[in-house]
Formats: sequence, structure tokens, C-alpha cells
Amino acid sequence: MIKVLELIGDYFLFLWKVFSRPDKWKEFFKKLLFEINSMGIGSLLIVSIVAIAMGSVITIQTALQIESSWVPTWTVGFTVRTSVIMELCPTIISLLLVGNLGSRITSEIGSMRVTEQIDALEVIGLNSASYLVLPKVIASLIVNPILIIISIFFAIMGGYITVLLTGVVSGYDFIDGLTSFFRMYDVYYALTKTVVFAFVISTISSFYGYRIEGGALELGEANTRSIVVASFVILVLNLVITQIML
Amino acid sequence: MIEVIGVSKYFGERRVLNQISTAFDDGKVNLVIGRSGSGKTVLMKLLVDLYTPEEGKILYDGRSFHHLKAIEKKEIRSEIGMVFQGGALFDSLTIQENVMFPLNMLKENLSEEEKLERVNFCLKRVDLENANFLFPSELSGGMKKRAAIARAIACNPKYLFCDEPNSGLDPKTSLIIDRLIIEITHEFNITTVVNTHDINSVITIGETITFIHEGNLAWYGNKDNVLISDNELLNDFIFAQPLTQKIRDLS
Repeated sequence: MIKVLELIGDYFLFLWKVFSRPDKWKEFFKKLLFEINSMGIGSLLIVSIVAIAMGSVITIQTALQIESSWVPTWTVGFTVRTSVIMELCPTIISLLLVGNLGSRITSEIGSMRVTEQIDALEVIGLNSASYLVLPKVIASLIVNPILIIISIFFAIMGGYITVLLTGVVSGYDFIDGLTSFFRMYDVYYALTKTVVFAFVISTISSFYGYRIEGGALELGEANTRSIVVASFVILVLNLVITQIML
Repeated sequence: MIEVIGVSKYFGERRVLNQISTAFDDGKVNLVIGRSGSGKTVLMKLLVDLYTPEEGKILYDGRSFHHLKAIEKKEIRSEIGMVFQGGALFDSLTIQENVMFPLNMLKENLSEEEKLERVNFCLKRVDLENANFLFPSELSGGMKKRAAIARAIACNPKYLFCDEPNSGLDPKTSLIIDRLIIEITHEFNITTVVNTHDINSVITIGETITFIHEGNLAWYGNKDNVLISDNELLNDFIFAQPLTQKIRDLS
């Protein structure tokens, strides 16, 4: 228990170091643009594929559950839209990004620690945590919501294509369901979760990379641990945010 | 001159350095020698403020590094260059960008042309004039060390620290690195501190030698008296290899 409290304390001390004023704004913006580019482009393909698959499956499953003639067929589109916006894309895609972006961040910062590149930054007087991690955190706060919005689009497209190919409901009914009872608040809720999850992914994976002591073995362990912890925190926060916002 | 006065360092309950006092002279190559795990790297990390000592102080020309304000520390940091054991070159940057990095961070008054001129001078000084646009992964071990030296001297440092610069290098490349270190030290009148357990370096470039054994200062001298000392711990270290034992027996 004391170890867990120590770990949490170390995490907040690390955040204190990360969120200090960058030493060089020019370098900060250069790194920020690089991170936005690599995070966004690097994750776009996998996010799109998973979203299309998710949209297709949830459409078929929903259509199979609603076979009663008492339930209107537009319910399929409505259910797909609601579940994709409110839960599947923000949470499942964020969990996917833990493995994709998070492990990349842990490996990158961890290998810099192991090869003394972080020490080299400290020797010339740079705040290495802020220099390395802050652009990644800000980039993920910008990129992740965009990725989630794109994934929502692809998930719904996946659902629509499935409807056209399988004929489980008509395309007209599906679109009718998609556009029925739309609440903008659902999108705010989804984006709020996404931003919180993006913060969790980028800071926890950076934290585990930054505090590595040792070599390649410890780097692998840190990677696994950061994925497990970030996933767990995302699931807990998902519950908390849902309880607060809905 | 760098003075180390009664410095101790603990990791938890374990005392890694015990009341170390020594001095590193201006314009000389000052070696810190000792077996692996003796505390050499910890001492070097204390010298460059990567660690803070629990006891004692380190004076840079009379300035107590660990007791200065952040802005004053920055001034000393701009006078420090460091060569890490593995080079610690930034993987994502070219060699030119690596050498320019400390200039970008510490020398705001220089124009881009002046920085580039300085980078080219440093790379030429370490015989890497054609490596500007290569990445660290494209260099051999010896070239990486030379690139790291170029980066360390980019800001014209008063103090140069080299942590085991010969580790992982063949004997001939080690000699090249040793020669480079001693030439640069004399040419630019730098206070150079080198961590090593390479006996060749000890007898060729050790203008002062601090021998650390299990965290304690065990001997202080230079390359002229290191081979004739009657210090048992030092002799155990120096004559540990069959080759050096044979040379001793023959002489």
C-alpha cells in the first residue's frame, strides 16, 4: 500500500516537472508539430480499421437483438450511433491507443533514459521531463479527440456498409435511426472522456518510461506495466465520468 | 580547478561514496580510476549535478555548485561538456543537429551561420567532417565517441567530463580517443575529468589520478608514480591483467 502511495506521489511530482514553462518555446513548438504528425498519422490506419469493424459488428448484433415487430427498425441506426459515440469509440479506441501510442511513448522515453540521453539533456540544464513529455501530452490532447471523431465517422460508415451488404435493415431506416433524437451533449460527453483518457495515456506511459532504471529487460517491464496501469485508470475514470456526466 | 571536499553519497541505506576529497587541475587530464562499482560514475554524476551529495561540497573555481541558485547553476552548466559512456547522442537527430543542440540551448546570441561554423569546426577537430548528415545509428562505436566529444566541446567548455570514453572500443581506437582527449584538453586549456578502468589510458594520459576503491579514496597521484606505488589496492587494480603482471615481472 505504501509503495502504491509512493508511486502516486512520484507521478504527481513528475507532472509538476512536466508542466513547467518550456525552456525554449521554439523547440517546444517544433517538437509539438512533430508529435502531432507522428501520433496522428501513425494511429490513423489502425483506428480506422478497428472502427469500421466495430461499427459493422455492433450493427449486426443490434439488428439480431431487435427482431420484434413492436420495435421500429430505425432503432438499429439509433442504437449504433448512440453506442458508438458514447462508449465504443471513446473507450475502446482509447484502450487501443494505450497499446499503440502509450507503448511507443514508454519505449521512446525509456530507451532515452537507458542510453543516458536524458542525462545529456539534464547536464546542459534542460528540464528533460518538460522538454520531452510536455509536447507529447499536448499533442495527444489535440490528436486523440480528432482520432476519436474520425473513428466515430468510420464506425457509422462501417455500420451503413454492413446494412447495405447484408440487408438486416434498409439503408433508409438505418439513416433515419442515425438522425433521430440526436443530442449534442452525447458528443460533449464523448470528447470529455477522450481528452481525459488522452491525458492518462500520455502521462502514465511517459512516467513509466522516464523512471526506468536498468536496461532492455526493465524497458520491457515498464512497457507492460504502463499499458496495464493506463488501461485500468481509463476504465475507472470511464465509470467516474459517466456517473458525473450522465 | 574543481575541488571535491568530503563528498558522500547514499542510495537508501547504502553508502556509495564515503567522504571523498580530491582536486581536478586546470588544463590537465584528471583520471578517476577504480573497479566497476567502485563509485566512479556516481562521483561524475555528482560533479555534473545529476546527483546531489548528502555530505560535502564541490567547488568549481571556488563556486559551490550544489548550493547555487538555478540561474547561477545555469552559468556553470554552460561551461560544462560531457561525454557519456555510450555517447548518448540523440537518435532522432543527425550528427550536425546533435552537435548544434547545446549551441541552440545555451548560446542564444549566436547566429545560425556562427553556430554552423562552430559545428563544422568541432566535427573537423574530431575528424568527422563528412558526417554532418549521418544519424548516430550509421556510425561505428569510435565515431560515436568522437561525435559525442564534438558535441561536448561545442560550447567551448571550461570543464570536460568523460565517462569511460574507451568502453567497448578496440585498443587502437581507444588510443585515438585518448589522444583526442589530451590534445583538446591542452589546446583549449580545459579541466578534463575522465572515468576509466583502461590501464593504457592510466599510463598515457593520467596527468592526475584519483583511485577510488569501494567508495573510498584509496590513492592519489599521476601516471609517473602509478606503476611504482606500494599501495596494495592500487597494485591489485593496475596489475590485475596477465599482460600487466608479465610486464611487471619482466621489469
